[in-house]
Amino acid sequence: MDHQLPSSAAIKSAIYAAWPICLGYVPIGLALGVLAEQAAIPWWAMAMMSVLVFAGSAQFICVAMIAAGSSLGAIIGTTFIVNLRHLLMSSALAVYLHGVRRSFLSLFAYGITDESFAVNMARFRAGGWTRFQALIVNHLANSVWILATVSGVLIGQLVPAGAFGIDYALVGMFICLLVFQLHGRLYVITALIAAIVAVLWAWLIPGDSYIVGGAVCAATCGYLFQIKRDKSS
Amino acid sequence: MSTAEYLFLFIGMGLVTYLPRALPLLYLSHKKMPQGLIDWLGYIPVAVLGALLAPILFIDTTSAAITFGKLEFLVAIPTLIFAVKTRSLGGTVLVGMFFYWLAGIFL
Repeated sequence: MDHQLPSSAAIKSAIYAAWPICLGYVPIGLALGVLAEQAAIPWWAMAMMSVLVFAGSAQFICVAMIAAGSSLGAIIGTTFIVNLRHLLMSSALAVYLHGVRRSFLSLFAYGITDESFAVNMARFRAGGWTRFQALIVNHLANSVWILATVSGVLIGQLVPAGAFGIDYALVGMFICLLVFQLHGRLYVITALIAAIVAVLWAWLIPGDSYIVGGAVCAATCGYLFQIKRDKSS
Repeated sequence: MSTAEYLFLFIGMGLVTYLPRALPLLYLSHKKMPQGLIDWLGYIPVAVLGALLAPILFIDTTSAAITFGKLEFLVAIPTLIFAVKTRSLGGTVLVGMFFYWLAGIFL
């Protein structure tokens, strides 16, 4: 376990790892801010939400529910369900953050998102990635998210939608990170099962539960295939 | 809504978001995890990415139907090839954006 603070080269590589997330957060954050402005949510409330919650899809749903006049309890309940998928990511990160002191983990956990999870897991698995670099990725992404969402409320309407294909930044990032995760045949099969289950799930059941549903089904299949392979060899 | 209502709402949302992010990490990182769990969790990143991506590529946002003609999917093909060939994250992001922008103009 290293207790050293990162060198400047390590900080640079963390910034380099974070930039696709930051780029992808700009159009999404701006779009969220524009919707919030239309729902008469002030910029300081958006800042408060982005700091306290920091979860893209839940924040979109929250703005829509405020606009529809939902009760606060219903919004909080929906947020809980939408963000349950972080249980999986937090568990998977525990493999690489074993024995780390709890104060660090408490801070680190705040920044676990789909995007930071995917970037950090690829780096941890490749090796040479420290928890401090992972923390930098989390907090850079968080800072950009706060700035983008607040800017969206204030000046979002001035920015042309869909400029330079920026809406595809996170999709492109997920595609490449998926490629990084294909370490062999079992991983390719797992990805395909996840894709098929998630598409059918999303088609049949409204909401975001397809992420957890598809991921748990596929990871379980991958694990069972691995046991079968290890037994037969 | 009043400032107090906003504060109550966002603290509530923040708590129910933070706990699922923190509890597994705080608990599991100080436990001896069984090898079976570690192996299963090893498939979580690839499974999460597959489950996140596929509906973006194949579910039509307006009709909620399954389709193979979405712009997101068509652009994903050259983007995927580029990612496999170069294994460059930044390059893939830019190439994906470029094709998406181009496709938006011509399709």
